[in-house]
Amino acid sequence: MSEPTLRNTQAVLDILFHNTTRLFAFIVFMLLFGIMVTLTVASIPALQTFGFHFFTSDAWNPVTVEFGALVPIIGTIATSVIAMLIGIPVSFGIALFITELCPPWLKRPLGVAIELLAGIPSIIYGMWGLFVFAPWFADHLEPWINDHLGNLPMIGSLFQGPPMGIGMLTAGFILAIMVIPFIASVMRDVFEIVPSMLKESAYGLGSTTWEVVWNIVLPYTKVGVVGGIMLGLGRALSETMAVTFVIGNAHELSTSLLMPGNTISSALANEFTEAVGDIYSSSLITLGMLLFVITFIVLALAKLLLIQLAAKEGKEA
Amino acid sequence: MIALDQKRYLRRRILNAFNLSISMLTVSFALFFLAWILWTLFSNGLSHIGLSTITQMTPPPGSKGGLLNAIAGSLYMVSMAVLIGTPVGILAGTYLAEFGRSGWLAPTTRFINDILLSAPSIVIGLFVYELVVHRMGHFSGWAGALALALIVLPVVVRTTENMLQLVPNSLREAAAALGAPQWKIVVMVSYRAARAGMLTGILLAVARVSGETAPLLFTALNNQFWSNDLNGPMSSLAVIIFQFAMSPYEDWHHLAWSGALLITLFVLGLNILARSIFRKGSNE
Amino acid sequence: MSEANKISVKNLNFHYGNFHALKNISLGIPDNRVTAFIGPSGCGKSTLLRTFNRMYQLYPKQVATGEIILDGENVLDPKQDLNLLRAKVGMVFQKPTPFPMSIYDNIAFGIKLYENLKKTELNDRVEWALQKATLWNEVKDKLDQSGTSLSGGQQQRLCIARGIAVRPEVLLLDEPCSALDPISTARIEELIHELKSDYTIVIVTHNMQQAARVSDYTAYMYLGELIEFGVTDMMFTKPSRRETEDYITGKFG
Repeated sequence: MSEPTLRNTQAVLDILFHNTTRLFAFIVFMLLFGIMVTLTVASIPALQTFGFHFFTSDAWNPVTVEFGALVPIIGTIATSVIAMLIGIPVSFGIALFITELCPPWLKRPLGVAIELLAGIPSIIYGMWGLFVFAPWFADHLEPWINDHLGNLPMIGSLFQGPPMGIGMLTAGFILAIMVIPFIASVMRDVFEIVPSMLKESAYGLGSTTWEVVWNIVLPYTKVGVVGGIMLGLGRALSETMAVTFVIGNAHELSTSLLMPGNTISSALANEFTEAVGDIYSSSLITLGMLLFVITFIVLALAKLLLIQLAAKEGKEA
Repeated sequence: MIALDQKRYLRRRILNAFNLSISMLTVSFALFFLAWILWTLFSNGLSHIGLSTITQMTPPPGSKGGLLNAIAGSLYMVSMAVLIGTPVGILAGTYLAEFGRSGWLAPTTRFINDILLSAPSIVIGLFVYELVVHRMGHFSGWAGALALALIVLPVVVRTTENMLQLVPNSLREAAAALGAPQWKIVVMVSYRAARAGMLTGILLAVARVSGETAPLLFTALNNQFWSNDLNGPMSSLAVIIFQFAMSPYEDWHHLAWSGALLITLFVLGLNILARSIFRKGSNE
Repeated sequence: MSEANKISVKNLNFHYGNFHALKNISLGIPDNRVTAFIGPSGCGKSTLLRTFNRMYQLYPKQVATGEIILDGENVLDPKQDLNLLRAKVGMVFQKPTPFPMSIYDNIAFGIKLYENLKKTELNDRVEWALQKATLWNEVKDKLDQSGTSLSGGQQQRLCIARGIAVRPEVLLLDEPCSALDPISTARIEELIHELKSDYTIVIVTHNMQQAARVSDYTAYMYLGELIEFGVTDMMFTKPSRRETEDYITGKFG
């Protein structure tokens, strides 16, 4: 008679276990909505006061209680664009080297080096940026940029300004170094799934290594490459500490990338604990919500593209 | 034979050689910055680090001191974060891997988890601020630990799921054929087969949160003094480094570098440990 | 053999790391004929084929020593220009490998590497190659569609067309039908028959009937050694070596 009861206990335990894990999966699922709802509720005071104008205004005055998101939005976009302009080609070069040129004994050390670059905490990048890179940048690179890029038509004004070392260009450059390991390792991974027979076919026609990579490997993996770039962009948009150290925290709209600026995350890091009054902190939270929405979109796109690539790979295998 | 266009062929070979050299340059570019950053860190950190760094409290500006309270605060909060985040993460990951074959919850959660994995950590800080600090009316170590736990969570979910999926189904079937109920199969067979990988995931999560600064800024805030009270503001190594490095005081800068070196060594050490455990586990 | 040799292999040895994969191979590949390499898997037939265009060199620790003379030049000479060699020696693989681009561009890709043709000349060449590969009628209305949209057999003929579009002199076929159904296989075999008047063809196959059907000469390899080489009809009716007979009659392998 004891056997059926034993079986019943096990069945009950099974259901219990199943539902416990499901509950915790549901908690993870709800977390995203929890963040969204909490931030939305907390941003209501600012949005009620300023309306949609909040997103287009460059005002930031705690004394008169006037706030607008334009400066940090532009700063976030500008630094991320700089990071991508430098980071994407460099990452592509690294991935090309690792998959096509690298002697086998070097592959592992190089992979470790890239992991190291990814593993260094962002606060270290910030300190190095503030104490070492920014002064060097101001002394050596910025005068050159002033002289050579400052006179260019159309984009010249982006590169004019005092060589202070602190500013959006410096922040963008450091972000570039930080996103390189992420983009490069995704690119390397997707390059490595290209069937060797496909590459051999192109070599078999007499293509050079560059032609094989540019005409065969890159088109074959473009979905994954874009996914990797989006992941890097997500990181650049949301990076806080490294940027906060070197951007100068200035709520002023400037045409020059050499001038101090602000990003959403650096404004939060610098000001949130000192924000006095509901409208001030609510404005900062609205910025945070905006950042969350932007990165959500970018990361979701990245994820969808990578899923698509995985599905394609599965179909052909 | 083809009508070979010599000029075109020469151009192609030059383009190839040029682009491949650029590719090597990009590798040197990355390695150069890695070396520069590590060199800066070690030369500044080693010249100011000493026994006092880990035995004394954070000093007021202008006097000597150490980072003891910050190190202790970090240890408290990171441990709490792992204690909260890991079980939740493991159970959620188990659902995704073992029970998630049908229904909408598993694929959606997997998707959301991947997004949380790279979500801006400062926004996590804001969320916990609104959820805990704002309600309680004061900053606290618990809030900091919770913020870090929310960063640990997606890492653990992801690795748990991936590692459980690597467990061959034949193993589960063999256990089922003996009449084992499913919860026993998961706990006794799947977890055991995947334990090296799951441990790796937890270590990587610890490494990740140890260097996190942004989510602590407005949750645990900071504390100049020794505190083991998670209900009050709590110091952490990362926040102290930020505060000291941004200050105008030379002594504080030195301490910030020492702290930076400690944190980096800890994080990189954990990474190496995690990988060696994983490699050993997968070789078994 | 009285016929002129396009390729002469002399004392060829091949190593994958420590593994001695080809042992002292010497043979001649006759001009404008089909030569088949047969043997059980792992015997080195594909390895031998891949030395003719030095495809092995893409991978580390693979070394060939000896001589492979193609039109009076040693292919294995380190000074040999690999790109030009590979343009002269076309290759088709076990599985169809259409490039991720349109049907037209798949063919034009190789041509544009070496030749500077006007648009109309290029169009003519693409059509010629597709005609030659008996694919033109099936794809002439959808040249701008992706190469991957074709069926497996069509893709493989596309790859053959792509190979002959650069006008090579030698065509290497590495088990070209192993991923195809019998009808597609028959079409490829017909195609090989038609192409042999213009090209020197070397085909690796695990299918003895196929070797008997398409080839003029056959080489039987075993464990990295060339056991027997001769006219296909003779090999399949009166093999001179006992090992060959065992393999062909199915006693072994």
